Amino acid sequence: MTSQAIAEQPMSKNSVQQKYSGKPILTMTGVRGGYGDADILQGVDMQVTEQEIVVIVGPNGAGKSTAMKAIFGLLKVRGGSIVVNGTDIAGWKPNRIVQHGVCYVPQVNNIFREMTIHENLEMGAFLRKGDISESLERVYTLFPDLKERRNALAGNLSGGQRQMVAMGRALMLNPSLLLLDEPTAGLSPKYMEQIFEITRNLRDAGLSILLVEQHAKQALAFADKGYVLAAGSNRHEGTGQELLADREVAEMFLGG
Amino acid sequence: MPFMEFVNFYLMPGIVLGSIYALGAVGITLVFGILRFAHLAHGDLATLGAFAALGVVTIFGVSPWVALPVAMVVCAFMAIGIDKLFYDYLSERPKIIVVMSSLGIALMLRAVVQVVWGVDTETYTRGIVRPDDYWGIRIRDREIYTIIAMFVIVGVLWAFLQKTKWGKAMRAMSDNPDLALLSGVDNRKITMLTWGIVGVLCAASGFFLGINTELKPLMGWTMLLPMFAAAILGGVGRVEGAVIGGLIVGIAEETSVLFIPGEYKAAMAFAILLLILLVRPTGLLKGKVL
Ligand SMILES: Nc1ncnc2c1ncn2[C@@H]1O[C@H](COP(=O)(O)OP(=O)(O)O)[C@@H](O)[C@H]1O
Ligand SMILES: [Mg+2]
Repeated sequence: MTSQAIAEQPMSKNSVQQKYSGKPILTMTGVRGGYGDADILQGVDMQVTEQEIVVIVGPNGAGKSTAMKAIFGLLKVRGGSIVVNGTDIAGWKPNRIVQHGVCYVPQVNNIFREMTIHENLEMGAFLRKGDISESLERVYTLFPDLKERRNALAGNLSGGQRQMVAMGRALMLNPSLLLLDEPTAGLSPKYMEQIFEITRNLRDAGLSILLVEQHAKQALAFADKGYVLAAGSNRHEGTGQELLADREVAEMFLGG
Repeated sequence: MPFMEFVNFYLMPGIVLGSIYALGAVGITLVFGILRFAHLAHGDLATLGAFAALGVVTIFGVSPWVALPVAMVVCAFMAIGIDKLFYDYLSERPKIIVVMSSLGIALMLRAVVQVVWGVDTETYTRGIVRPDDYWGIRIRDREIYTIIAMFVIVGVLWAFLQKTKWGKAMRAMSDNPDLALLSGVDNRKITMLTWGIVGVLCAASGFFLGINTELKPLMGWTMLLPMFAAAILGGVGRVEGAVIGGLIVGIAEETSVLFIPGEYKAAMAFAILLLILLVRPTGLLKGKVL
């Protein structure tokens, strides 16, 4: 049974069990850390298993972006463990984490503005040796808009296209885990739907995705699992449907 | 004044001097674009390059043109070494501290040149070279080589930055350093590569100043202001801009003697710098990154 089919099944106890028993790709346990001396993350637990979209929602300043930066080695992790594909990567440098199969699209400043679309994608494949034309073709197939404008400077593109460049860059290394930080922020509904569609397709093609989203309702609707983060720690977790159905979550975090 | 006189006595010397400035300005722009600080030891690194070539000429009795590549290698390693010992050590500190330390490096490099080669004026070859006449344009071979070499060196650098994997990584680091790190680019390697290239460019500018004029321990230091003016004029971070800026500053300096006393020639760079900062602070080509 494909994960798509699982996601569309009514939420029986059994199918939840199946979801949680997949091969874990990322397991964060009790992660604490922050930028200066103060801890922003007060012990965060999360798990992403194989071929699954996990959505993180929560109010502004909850520490969603910080959690992603912690996974990617961009801030001091002072406690807990971050296990990816069986190895604890806490404290690793970003370029080692990339080689370990994790790619990350930051919330802001996620493209090389003064480089062409094509060069942005090439930079995504910087660590690859040998031919990258297959990956390029794959990304251009996912984002046909980009192929047409491959020699345009990325900084001159529309917001939606920039986001596609950013995702394309991160996909060039064929990661096993993709971190997306608010990829639809500020985009029109048309682009949002397109990005969500591509995200689902990537999942169905075998990728595991950790997605931070402000468009919580739309994202939880297709999420395999969701976490509600507030003030630097876990508040709720469950399948996307469970969170959508939870009255407290709906009132506090999904705008009623 | 007849046109050819203007070309031969003002324009041509201006282009030659401008080419020398351009080589320096491109290096300044690279350091600023990638490492984000104003490198004040740039001129004295050029002095070191010029004297390193002189050392090769006097020890091995070879032509200065053979000594040039050796001086480039010496300067490249020198620049990488200085970075490892000083700038890299300060890399987490505010940039102004790195800038000030580069001023200290400038004084150290000059002291080394003075200790090793003395304080006298030197030349690569003795004797006077008369210019040849090409359809009315009077120019010396070494001047032709200076201009050609500048365009070749900058052209190769440009192609490297545009076409090669590591050149693109340098541009990426200049464009968005955080994202370059996330893409797996090792910033230590980029820093080393940048300093290697900067050393080569410094050696070239010092060498061409030396072969067209004389070698003095202060030769590079006095080029520092015009080189910075050129880099800023062209738009900091822009390689093509640095070349255009260098040529403009060089030509402006040489033609300025038509209007103002020769002693004030050096003030031209300062005047251009002031003007550009007032009128168009981003430079002619909008500067920011490579
Ligand atoms: N670079 C930074 N330096 C210091 N504090 C930061 C930085 N980035 C974010 N913060 C702080 O960390 C907290 C969590 O921020 P963030 O993770 O960006 O929230 P979210 O992505 O959930 O909106 C906020 O209080 C924010 O002010
Ligand atoms: Mg955020």
